[in-house]
Amino acid sequence: MNDESIWSWETAWDVLPALLRGLVVTIEATVVGMVIASILGLLIALAMRAPTRWVRGPLRFIVDFIRMTPLLVQLVFVYLLSPPEIPALVIGFVVLGIHYATYMSEVYRAGIEAVPQGQWEAATALNLPKARTWRAIILPQAIRNTLPGLGNYAVSMFKETPFLFAISVVEMYTEAQSYGANTFSYIEPLTMVGLLFLIVSYPTSLLVRRMEIRLA
Amino acid sequence: MTTSTSSTGDVPAIEFKDVVKRFGDNVVLDKLNFSVAQGDRVTLIGPSGSGKTTILRLLMTLEEANGGLILIDGDPYTHEYKGQKWVEIPEKRRRVVRNRVGMVFQQFNLFPNMTVIENIIEAPIHVLGKSKAEAVARGEELLEQVGMSEKRDFKTNQLSGGQQQRVAIARALAMDPEILLLDEVTSALDPEIVADVLGVLREIAETTDITMLLVTHEMQFAREVSNRVLMFDQGQIVEEADPETMFTNPTHARTKEFLKAVLG
Repeated sequence: MNDESIWSWETAWDVLPALLRGLVVTIEATVVGMVIASILGLLIALAMRAPTRWVRGPLRFIVDFIRMTPLLVQLVFVYLLSPPEIPALVIGFVVLGIHYATYMSEVYRAGIEAVPQGQWEAATALNLPKARTWRAIILPQAIRNTLPGLGNYAVSMFKETPFLFAISVVEMYTEAQSYGANTFSYIEPLTMVGLLFLIVSYPTSLLVRRMEIRLA
Repeated sequence: MTTSTSSTGDVPAIEFKDVVKRFGDNVVLDKLNFSVAQGDRVTLIGPSGSGKTTILRLLMTLEEANGGLILIDGDPYTHEYKGQKWVEIPEKRRRVVRNRVGMVFQQFNLFPNMTVIENIIEAPIHVLGKSKAEAVARGEELLEQVGMSEKRDFKTNQLSGGQQQRVAIARALAMDPEILLLDEVTSALDPEIVADVLGVLREIAETTDITMLLVTHEMQFAREVSNRVLMFDQGQIVEEADPETMFTNPTHARTKEFLKAVLG
C-alpha cells in the first residue's frame, strides 16, 4: 500500500490555518447562539408559567414545532426566506439560538421547579412582592440548577455548527470541504475537523461534568 | 368550642370565624372559631392531621380557606363578605395585613443564595422600604440577640440546623411582626440543639409583646412560654386551658390520651 495516498502530513499542515479560521467562526456561532438560547429559553420558560392558556397553548405549539423539525431544514428554510442583505452568519446565529432556546426552556423549567416550595413560602411569609421573589430568590437558585444543562447544550450546539455549511457560512467544516474540492484531498481536512471538534468539546464536557458534581 | 376572646385587648389580634379548609374531600377545618388576644402566647397541640399547622398556614396565606373569615386586628385578611357573597381580597390589600404577620418554619427555609445578613435585610429593604444601613444595623442587633453575630457573612449552607433556625427567627423579627407564627420550629433539630433555639424564643417571649401562635411537640416549652393551650382534634378545639391546667389536669378524654402519648 502506498503511504502518501492515505495521509499526507504536508496536506494536513497546509489546511490547518484555514481550519483554525473556521474554528473561530464555529466558536463564535456557538457563543452567540448560546447567548440567544439562554436568554430566549428563560423567557419561554417564564411565559410558559403564564396563568392564561392563550399564552401557553400557542407557545407550546411553536416550541414543539421547532423541536420536532430538523435544525438543518430550519436553517435552509429561514435562509431562503430571508432578504439577501442579511448575512448568512447572522441567520445561523439566530436559528441556532432559537432552536436551542426551545431545549433550554425545558432546562429552565426543571431548574425553576427544583427550587423547594419552602423558598416560595418564606418569600410569602416575608411579604416579598412576586417580582422581587423571582429576581432575588427563585431565579438565582434556578439558574444555578441549569448551569450543567446549559453546558451540555453548548457542547451539543458546537457539534451541530457544521450544518451552517448548508447556508454557506464559512465555518470549520465548510473550510475543509472547500479545501477538499480544490485539492481533491478530503481525508486530512475532515480528519482534522473531527479532531479539532474533539479537542474543544471533550475538555468542555469534562468541565460540565465537574460542574454537575460540584452543584449536586 | 366557640369564640373565646380573652381579657386584655378590645380587638383580638387573630380571629377565625367559621373557617373551613378542605384538601380535596378531606375536611381539615370545619367551621372553626377561635381568637387570640393581642400579646397572647397560644400553643396549639393535638395529633398530626388535626389541623394545627393548617391554621398557621392559613394565617400566612400559604393556604386558601374554603369558607369563613380570618381577621387580623379586626381587619379582613384573605376573604370578606360583600353583601351575602364571600369574596377573595386582592393581593394588594392582603399585603398590607400580611406585613403584621411573620412565620418561622420547621425547615428554616433560609435563602441559600444569600449570606446570613442578606437573608435578614432582604425584606426590610424591599418590603418595608428601609435603607440598607438601617436594615443592616437592625439585622446585626438581631443576630446579636440570637447569638449568631460571628456568622453574619456566612452562606446559610455553612450553618448547622440550629444556627439556621436562629437566623430564621432573626429574619422574621426583622420585619417587626405583631404576630409571630412558629411551626414546629424545633422538630427538624438534633435534641441537643433544641435548647438553644428554645432559649432564643423564650427570651423573645419575655422581652417583647409579640402575639405568638405556636405549634410544637415540646410540651415543656409550651408550658413555659404560652399562657393558653388549645387542644385540637379533627379540626376542632376540644379543650382550652392555661398550660398548667392543660398539662396536669386535662378534662377531655382526647386530651388525656394525646398527652399520655406525647409525655409518655
